[in-house]
Amino acid sequence: MASLRDLATARSGDKGDTATLGVVCRDPADWPLLAGWLTAERVAAFLAPAVRGPVRRYELPALAALLFVLEGALDGGVTRSLALDPHGKSLAFSLLAMPLPEEILTRARCRRP
Amino acid sequence: MVAATFRIGCGAGFSADRIDAAVTLIERARPQAVVFECLAERTVAKAVQARLADPEAGFDPWFEERMRAVLPPALAARSTLITNMGAANPAAAGRLARRLAAEAGAPDLPIAVVEGDEVTEIVRRLDPPFLDRLGRPSVLGEAIVSAHAYLGAAPIVDALRRGARVVITGRVADPALFLAPLIAHFDWAADDWERVGRGILIGHLLECAGQLTGGYFADPGVKDVADLAVLGLPFADVEPDGNATLGKPEGTGGRLDRLTCTEQLLYELHDPGAYQQPDATADFRSVRFTELGPDRVRVEGGRGRPPPATLKVVVGYRDGAVVEGGISYAGEGAVARARLALAILRERIDRRAIPVLDLRTDVIGVDSLLRGAAVAPDPDVRDVRARLAARVADRASARAIGHEIEALWLNGPAGGGGASWSAREGLAVASVLIPRDLVRPTVSFVPPA
Repeated sequence: MASLRDLATARSGDKGDTATLGVVCRDPADWPLLAGWLTAERVAAFLAPAVRGPVRRYELPALAALLFVLEGALDGGVTRSLALDPHGKSLAFSLLAMPLPEEILTRARCRRP
Repeated sequence: MVAATFRIGCGAGFSADRIDAAVTLIERARPQAVVFECLAERTVAKAVQARLADPEAGFDPWFEERMRAVLPPALAARSTLITNMGAANPAAAGRLARRLAAEAGAPDLPIAVVEGDEVTEIVRRLDPPFLDRLGRPSVLGEAIVSAHAYLGAAPIVDALRRGARVVITGRVADPALFLAPLIAHFDWAADDWERVGRGILIGHLLECAGQLTGGYFADPGVKDVADLAVLGLPFADVEPDGNATLGKPEGTGGRLDRLTCTEQLLYELHDPGAYQQPDATADFRSVRFTELGPDRVRVEGGRGRPPPATLKVVVGYRDGAVVEGGISYAGEGAVARARLALAILRERIDRRAIPVLDLRTDVIGVDSLLRGAAVAPDPDVRDVRARLAARVADRASARAIGHEIEALWLNGPAGGGGASWSAREGLAVASVLIPRDLVRPTVSFVPPA
């Protein structure tokens, strides 16, 4: 099944108990499509219940990117978390597993090799 | 005359970074300044504990190996070296650097040490509220190990203007390590917010070293990166107005393009319009990347405005003990046997009334990393590991839980292998803000050998 990984790349970062997810369009022409679909609400719902706090979204059209800031997403923070991956380095790939609706895929410019 | 551009490279993005890649960067790209950023959030608190045990310890554990390797090429290329590897003891690191410089044939090399980042007593006195957990430092009492403020570029600029060729610091804001040589070289005013903002942007892009040039990026078949084994570290050719062209050494692996740069620009950013640093609040919303050719990317459009009147401080504190361990299962029913093992462990910990502050179990291969809807219902995975981690008050409780994990060999589900566990002291961090005028950085030069 098609997933967000077909359309975009993503990188996770951490600061305290806050995770950040930068999502970048493979093809910049897909930015309006991605920005219209990948809302903060969709991201929060997909990653629940791992994210306890609010999810903020920043739009970066000049970079064809979105930045998501997820509070309370790291089990108390890198230095307190008991998780195998306390930094949430792998979190970007949980997000990239989000199923991509057929109508988004058919309108996308990017075609994964 | 000011040269048209100033080349600054990043030789390390964390303590365990590759040393041979830094040597290649210096030999092939010959940057005028090379920065080694090696301090994670809790590193300084760990280093303070090491210094308490040994007054000549408390700096980066790879300092000697890294400096011994990079000093000869840096002397040949006339590169200035700037690093926060001083951690909790920049003075001792400076003394060791003096010996290593003498070994490299430069006994008179000007080596400067920046101190004044430790603010433990100020934090105890002011007792400001934590930003990222409940309460204030006073609630932690004697558990506090140390508090260190993120210094800005000023003391490093001072050291460079006084002729330092090696600058060793403790806690300094990571981008400030890169901003400082740009201010010193181009003679930017400290309140030239646009240029300072662009310097912070360059520091932010470079500070994680190989993460700009194809590290933390490859996804085979989808995002391929050539020759990752010989990943090249990045440099920036900075222009007097603060715009720059990014590159990596000839003949190294990795990739540098719009995607690697954009992923790194957004890395650990909390607000692209307000990246708060001690020297300025940078604004990355108008940043543009232009691919000029293979592994050459132009970056433009950073901005800045005055910084807040406070500095961020990281408070390190002892946080009980952490025990972690597991046992592995294979074949049909492996996931069910792993889940049974974890249920048995929980029951034995309860029955023995071992006091636990926090406990987490996972099945590695099923749900140890994936989050939310990305986790599949128990799949037919045939190679898994049951994992338990717990925070407890003391070493004795950690040992008791570790013993129960090991006991699964003979007293758990069928076919369990590779049982192991380890315990460590918990060391956590939390942040506060303090007025910047209370922090007084100092610069001193290490006497010649």
